[in-house]
Amino acid sequence: MITLENVTKTYSGETTIGPIDVKIPSGGITSLVGPNGAGKSTVLTMMGRLMGADTGKITVGGLDVATSKSNDIAKKLAILRQENHFVTRLTVRQLVGFGRYPHSAGRLNVEDEQHINSSLEFLNLTALQDRYLDELSGGQRQRAYVAMVLAQDTEYVFLDEPLNNLDMSHSVQMMRQLRKAADELGRTVIMVMHDINFASRYSDHILAMNEGQVTHFDSCADTMKSSVLSEIFGTSVRIIDDVDGPLAVYF
Amino acid sequence: MANASNAAAVTTSTFVTPAHRRRWLISLVVLALAALGLTAGILTYDNPMPFGSDGFWKIAQSRITTVLVIAVVAAAHSFATVAFHTVTFNRIVTPSILGFEALYGLINTAAVFFLGAVGATATRGIASYLFQVVVMVAFATLLYSWLLSSRFTNVHTMLLVGVVIGAGLASLTTFMQRMLDPNEFDVLTARLMGNISNASTQYLPYAIPIVAVVAFWILARARRMDTLALGSSVATSLGLNHRRETIKVLIAVSILMAMTTSLVGPMTFLGFLVATLAYSIADTYSHRAILPIAFLLGFVLLTGAYFVLRHIFYAQGAVTIIVELIGGLVFLIVIMRKGRL
Repeated sequence: MITLENVTKTYSGETTIGPIDVKIPSGGITSLVGPNGAGKSTVLTMMGRLMGADTGKITVGGLDVATSKSNDIAKKLAILRQENHFVTRLTVRQLVGFGRYPHSAGRLNVEDEQHINSSLEFLNLTALQDRYLDELSGGQRQRAYVAMVLAQDTEYVFLDEPLNNLDMSHSVQMMRQLRKAADELGRTVIMVMHDINFASRYSDHILAMNEGQVTHFDSCADTMKSSVLSEIFGTSVRIIDDVDGPLAVYF
Repeated sequence: MANASNAAAVTTSTFVTPAHRRRWLISLVVLALAALGLTAGILTYDNPMPFGSDGFWKIAQSRITTVLVIAVVAAAHSFATVAFHTVTFNRIVTPSILGFEALYGLINTAAVFFLGAVGATATRGIASYLFQVVVMVAFATLLYSWLLSSRFTNVHTMLLVGVVIGAGLASLTTFMQRMLDPNEFDVLTARLMGNISNASTQYLPYAIPIVAVVAFWILARARRMDTLALGSSVATSLGLNHRRETIKVLIAVSILMAMTTSLVGPMTFLGFLVATLAYSIADTYSHRAILPIAFLLGFVLLTGAYFVLRHIFYAQGAVTIIVELIGGLVFLIVIMRKGRL
């Protein structure tokens, strides 16, 4: 369970986020959607304690993210931001190995190696494990980052736009793998999404934000309605019922 | 390349292949041997007394001070620069960008400006040494904690502010230097050039233990630094208190820089050079592999330059000249061959 109580954040006096009060249940995938500048990424970074809230309290799995020890939080939640650029040159396996840092402080043991192996396998990276990150395509690199986050073996996984820079087929692959992580590994995945159709097809819940406020938090079925989506995104959205479920059309 | 089908046996190494590890080990051994050889060379070469006599050992003993100075300078510059590169996420700038050397220049110039040539000697006492170190470390600590704790700044803002402050101090220094009389200026210039032979050896009893403690402290947190190098978001997600770690490391860097600058004066290029070469030789992210190489490189470079200058050219001039000439060339060759930093 993730709880946000009266959380606010002010940027340069003008942009304000919150107050946000929301409880996100454990298990499954929850997507944060909304127009640009709605505060989705900010809320995700605050939940992942990469940024402090001005007021209010955020707990993830019972840990207060502002006051708990960073290493304790690191065993409970892992967060991946959009841009990741390293000065050091790492191979895929070395990167994924860093995911074990909260557990072993850099001294990898047999159990760590097992986690690294299964994360690599889970994201089909075993064949690429000794390649350097700068030799990979954007999609492969993104998968390597997600593998690192999964190797951290946390109950909660926060991802900021995991489909950013991925083409159609890689996006589908990534979402299937995340779905598998939620179903088979029991992870609670919270992510910022731009494509409402991807979000609705693969998530359990959708949390919509607008102008720094949470406007809707519901199951996918109840969110995928013309009236609801048009209000969230501020543009007219039609719903087409496809064989696989509702599709939002907004061209 | 590891065998994918045999995944259970594969382990994660800081070196990509066994060949990388072997190359690192060979480099380490070669550098260590070169360091020993050059040390022996400095102690014994052209020693006028017969080997083994009392006089021989007396001369060797006086020369060992030089080797100690070089060891302190090499350790301080190599550790400070590698650590600084890691916490600032770049490998281009050196810690001197933060204005330590400008501050050192200002303190010394001010002493000569206000006290005359006597001032140059006045700044060489133990008390003034410790005072200089405290001022430099306090200056750095204030700057870092202030800049890194304010909400809208990051490491790059800090670097920029460091550059601006450094430039300000430097122009203040230049202003005072212009009003000095030529004799005083001459005395001051000797003080402001990095010079091993002219080191303030009376500081050694303080500098050696302090540099050793700080260097071991950095080595002890090598694995944290590996993680810090991944950037603030990733390091935080992996359970480090990024800001606190960064400030701690930067304070360690400022102590090392203050130590070496007060001991031998500024050596802007040395740290950058040995760090860059060490990254290239070690070819790994692991600070445990990089730091020893960087230190040995610094030591070999300085002892080599000193040996050549003193015993072959009979010129006890500034070692920095050789460091920058030879080192710069080696650096360019490495960059050209590798095609990346």
